[in-house]
Amino acid sequence: MTPVLEVKNLSTHFMTRRGILKAVDDVSFTVGQREIVGLVGESGSGKSITGFSILGLVDPPGRVVSGQILFNGEDLLTKSPTAMRAIRGKRIAMIFQDPMMTLNPVLSVATQMIETVQAHDRVSRTEARARARDALGLVGIPSPEERLDSYPHQFSGGMRQRVAIAIALLHRPDLIIADEPTTALDVTIQSQILFEIKRLAAEFGMALIWISHDLGVVAALADRIMVMYAGRIVEAGQVDGVLTEPRHPYTSGLLSAVPAAVPRGEPLRPIPGFAPSPLSRPSGCAFRDRCARATDVCATEPMLEIAAGREFRCFHPHLWSAA
Amino acid sequence: MTVFVIRRFLQSIAVLCVTAVIVFIGIYAIGDPAEMLISPDASQAERAQVVASLGLDKPLWEQFFTFAWNALHGDLGRSFVFNRPSIALIFERLPATLELTLTGLVFALVLGIPLGLLSGLKPNTATDEVIMTGSILGFSLPSFWQGMMLIMIFSVWLGWLPSTGRGQMGEFLGIRSSLFTLDGLTHLILPAINLSLFKLSLVIRLTRTGVRETMPLDFVKFARAKGISERRIVFVHVFKNILIPLITVIGLELGSMLAFAVVTETIFAWPGIGKLLIDSIMRLDRPVVVAYLLVIVSLFIFINFVVDVLYSLVDPRVRLGGAQ
Repeated sequence: MTPVLEVKNLSTHFMTRRGILKAVDDVSFTVGQREIVGLVGESGSGKSITGFSILGLVDPPGRVVSGQILFNGEDLLTKSPTAMRAIRGKRIAMIFQDPMMTLNPVLSVATQMIETVQAHDRVSRTEARARARDALGLVGIPSPEERLDSYPHQFSGGMRQRVAIAIALLHRPDLIIADEPTTALDVTIQSQILFEIKRLAAEFGMALIWISHDLGVVAALADRIMVMYAGRIVEAGQVDGVLTEPRHPYTSGLLSAVPAAVPRGEPLRPIPGFAPSPLSRPSGCAFRDRCARATDVCATEPMLEIAAGREFRCFHPHLWSAA
Repeated sequence: MTVFVIRRFLQSIAVLCVTAVIVFIGIYAIGDPAEMLISPDASQAERAQVVASLGLDKPLWEQFFTFAWNALHGDLGRSFVFNRPSIALIFERLPATLELTLTGLVFALVLGIPLGLLSGLKPNTATDEVIMTGSILGFSLPSFWQGMMLIMIFSVWLGWLPSTGRGQMGEFLGIRSSLFTLDGLTHLILPAINLSLFKLSLVIRLTRTGVRETMPLDFVKFARAKGISERRIVFVHVFKNILIPLITVIGLELGSMLAFAVVTETIFAWPGIGKLLIDSIMRLDRPVVVAYLLVIVSLFIFINFVVDVLYSLVDPRVRLGGAQ
C-alpha cells in the first residue's frame, strides 16, 4: 500500500531582514493510510510550518525552498495554485489551534460550511446544506439543523472546534492535519474531542497528522510519533517505543519534564537552556548546548540512524537493554 | 429592538432641546439683530416698532419660551431678513445640499473601497505607494484650495466644466434634481469631487487598514485551507469584516459632510443650506440659524440611527446582543 503522504527532504525557510530563518530543515517522513502520526516539539520547532508547507499555505516571507511532498504519489510542490486549491479542503483538510479564531465571526456556520461544499462539488445549496447538517451531527453537535443558522459567537470553544472538525470532514479527506486542536480547550473537552477525532478517523479511514506539544495527548492518540527540534525531526518511531525507551536525549529530556510521566515525589527535570534562535542555529546537532551527553563529535551533523523501526539523529543515543 | 428605538427617540429629544437652548443663547450673545436690520437713519419710534414686532424687546427667557412653544406646534419662526418661515427656507435649499453630499459620498465609496482593497492586498508595492501618496494629498490639501484649483484647471484652463451654480434641473418621480439633466450633472461634478476628496482618502485608508488587519487572521487561513477561492475570501470573508468600521465612520462623516458643505457651497456658489447658514449668521438671522441647527441635529440623529441598524445587519454579535 502506498503511503498517503511522503515528505522528502522538505525545507521551508523565511527570508527575513536579519537573515534566513530555517523553520523546517530537511525533514522527511511518511504517513501511511489510516495512520495517526503525532508531530511533537516545543514552540518554534517548526511543526506547524511543516503542516502549512504540506497544504501550500506558508505565508511570505516564508517559502518551501526544497524537497518533495508526495500526496498519493503526486508531488504537491509542482502543482499550480488552482490545482492546490482543489486539493485543500477536499483531499487534505486542516484543523487549527484556536477555535475562537478559525471561524469567521460575521458569517453563519451554514454559510461557512456550504461554501466549503460548493468550493469543490457542484451541488445545489439545499444539498450542500444537508451535507453540512449531517457533518455537524457526526461530530456530536445537538440539533444540527437549528445550529446551522447560528453564528460562531453563539458556540462555546469546544463546540466551535467541533464545527471546525465538521468542516474538515465535509469531503471525507484522505488526510487531516490537526494543528494542536485541543490546546486551547478545557481538559474535559479536550479528551472528548480527542476521542471523537480518533473515532471519526477510524470510521472514515482517514490518516491524521496530529501536531502537538503535549506528549500525553499524542501517547493516547497516535500510532507513530515524530519529535521535532529546531526545524528537524530528531527521533521517530512507534509511540510505545519512543515514549518508553527514547533514544534521543531530547526525547528523554521532554519525557522527564512531563508531570504525569515522572513518579510522584520526584522533581520534574526541565531541559536546561533554551531552544536556539532559528536565525543562528549552531552547526552540527542543534541540541548539543543543552545536552548532558554531548561531546566534540556533536559539532558535526549527526546522520539519521535507522534501527528496529526507529529513526534518530544522535551520536550518543540512549541504549536500552532490549535494543 | 423596540426598547432600543424608544430609548433612542427619547435621547434624541433631549439632544434637540439642549441644542436649541445653546444656539438660542449663543446667537443672542453675538449681537443684536436690530442693529443689522434697521437702517441707521430710522427714527426711535420706527426702531421700537420693529423691535417689538420681532419680539426682541422681551427678556431672553420669554423669547425662548415663545420660540419653544411655537416650535412644539411646528413653527420654527420667521426669518428676520426674508420674512418667511425659516423652515421653508431651509427645506427649499436642503435638496441641493443633499444632492451634493450624496453624490460626493457615492464618489468616495465607489472609488475609495476598490482602491483601498487594491492597496491593502498588495502592500508595499508601487501601486500601494501611489495610492497612499495620493490619499495623503487628499488629506492634507485644504478643501478651499482644492476647490479653487479644480475651478482653475477644469473651468478656466480646460473649459470642460462649469464652475458655479446648480445648472438645469430635471424632474424624476417628483424629485427635482440636477442629477437628471446633463447640464445639471456637469455642474455637479466639480463641487462633488471637491467635497469628496477628503472622504475618499479616508475610505481608502480605512479599507486598506481593514484588509491589512484581517488578512493575517486565522479565519482567513482556515478559509484557504478549506479550498475557498481567493476572490470569495476577499469579497466575502474579509470585506464583511471591514464593513463594520467602514459603516461607523461613513455614518459620522456623512453628517459632517452635510453640515460642513459650507466651504464647497461657498466656492462653487452652490445654492445649498451651507450658504444659507453663512449668510444668516452674518445677518444674525436667529430663526434661520436655530432652525438650521435643529434640522442638522435631527439629520445627524437619523443617520446615526440608520448606522446602528446597518451595523446590526452586518455584525451578528451586535444583533443578538441587543435582542437578548
